[in-house]
Amino acid sequence: MLNVDELLHWLKDTEFATAIRENGSLFPWIESVHVLGVTVLIGSVGLLELRLIGLTSLNRSVSRVLKDVLPITWSAFAVSVVSGFLLFASNAPTYATNTFFLGKLVLLAAAGLNAFGFHAFVERSIAKWDSAARTPLPARLSGIFSLLMWVGIVVCGRWVGFTLVPTP
Amino acid sequence: MTSPAWLDRFCEWLKVTPFSVALQSAAWAVPLVQTIHILAIGAVIGSGLMIALRTLGWVAPDQTLASTNLRFLRVIWWSLPVLLLTGLLMISAEPARSLENPAFLLKMALLLISIAVNFGYQSPLRKNPEFWEVSRTRRRLSQLLAFTSLLLWVGVIFSGRWIAYVEAS
Repeated sequence: MLNVDELLHWLKDTEFATAIRENGSLFPWIESVHVLGVTVLIGSVGLLELRLIGLTSLNRSVSRVLKDVLPITWSAFAVSVVSGFLLFASNAPTYATNTFFLGKLVLLAAAGLNAFGFHAFVERSIAKWDSAARTPLPARLSGIFSLLMWVGIVVCGRWVGFTLVPTP
Repeated sequence: MTSPAWLDRFCEWLKVTPFSVALQSAAWAVPLVQTIHILAIGAVIGSGLMIALRTLGWVAPDQTLASTNLRFLRVIWWSLPVLLLTGLLMISAEPARSLENPAFLLKMALLLISIAVNFGYQSPLRKNPEFWEVSRTRRRLSQLLAFTSLLLWVGVIFSGRWIAYVEAS
């Protein structure tokens, strides 16, 4: 059976990962796309959560804000994941042992679970409070939790860049 | 291209001021400031994207252009001082790495053009909320301005990231 370490080294030695690692400008280009994806992602999530918490866009219903913003969020998420995976692949074994990188993944999973919880449980009763400025407590908590996770993800992401020592 | 002597002298001076030295000596200071800078960029580009997409008619067509602008401009105006402040802190921590870096200069140039484009979009709207919607030509022009502004922001983000990779001259 293939173990994780072998898998990470295999990934690092793939043709595309090697190209990203060895070509001087490929990494920064992909990283720029990653930063673009992440900023759009966090910007759109922020607009969503601020409405949910009851701070902005109060004259617009929560479901309308969701409808406006979610397609942007999902597109930006896709761009961030693909570009992030490419950066990870270029030095997979090293990233996999970086505390901040692992922390970023944990926070990402927590944000994902929170989003799932919101759609599966909190959003069910949305008809009752859709246009209300003050949303129910679970909705506000979900919004605050999501914002904290995403801020944490950016913090961890930035710290990866300062703590990771790439191996040639 | 080498930097002018006065800029060299300014960077040398700034680098040894107590404030700059304090920023350099705390290992967490620069990444923390960069993180806040990225979060504020997120707020600006997220809101700017909503304005642009509304202008293009792809998002929230039931909302007027003026009300969409009002809603998201507030977020942008809150973020701009944060961007300026964190940007100044990053310059203070590493003066030559930023001020004498071609990528930084490109970022500032794109930023200035973006300010001009956004001024061109916003100022008629302030005088007349329906300014961009009265004719087909004006609608097209507003869409062009919105799209250009987005491209400029992408350029700002890209050149910002490249500061870390381009050698200061």
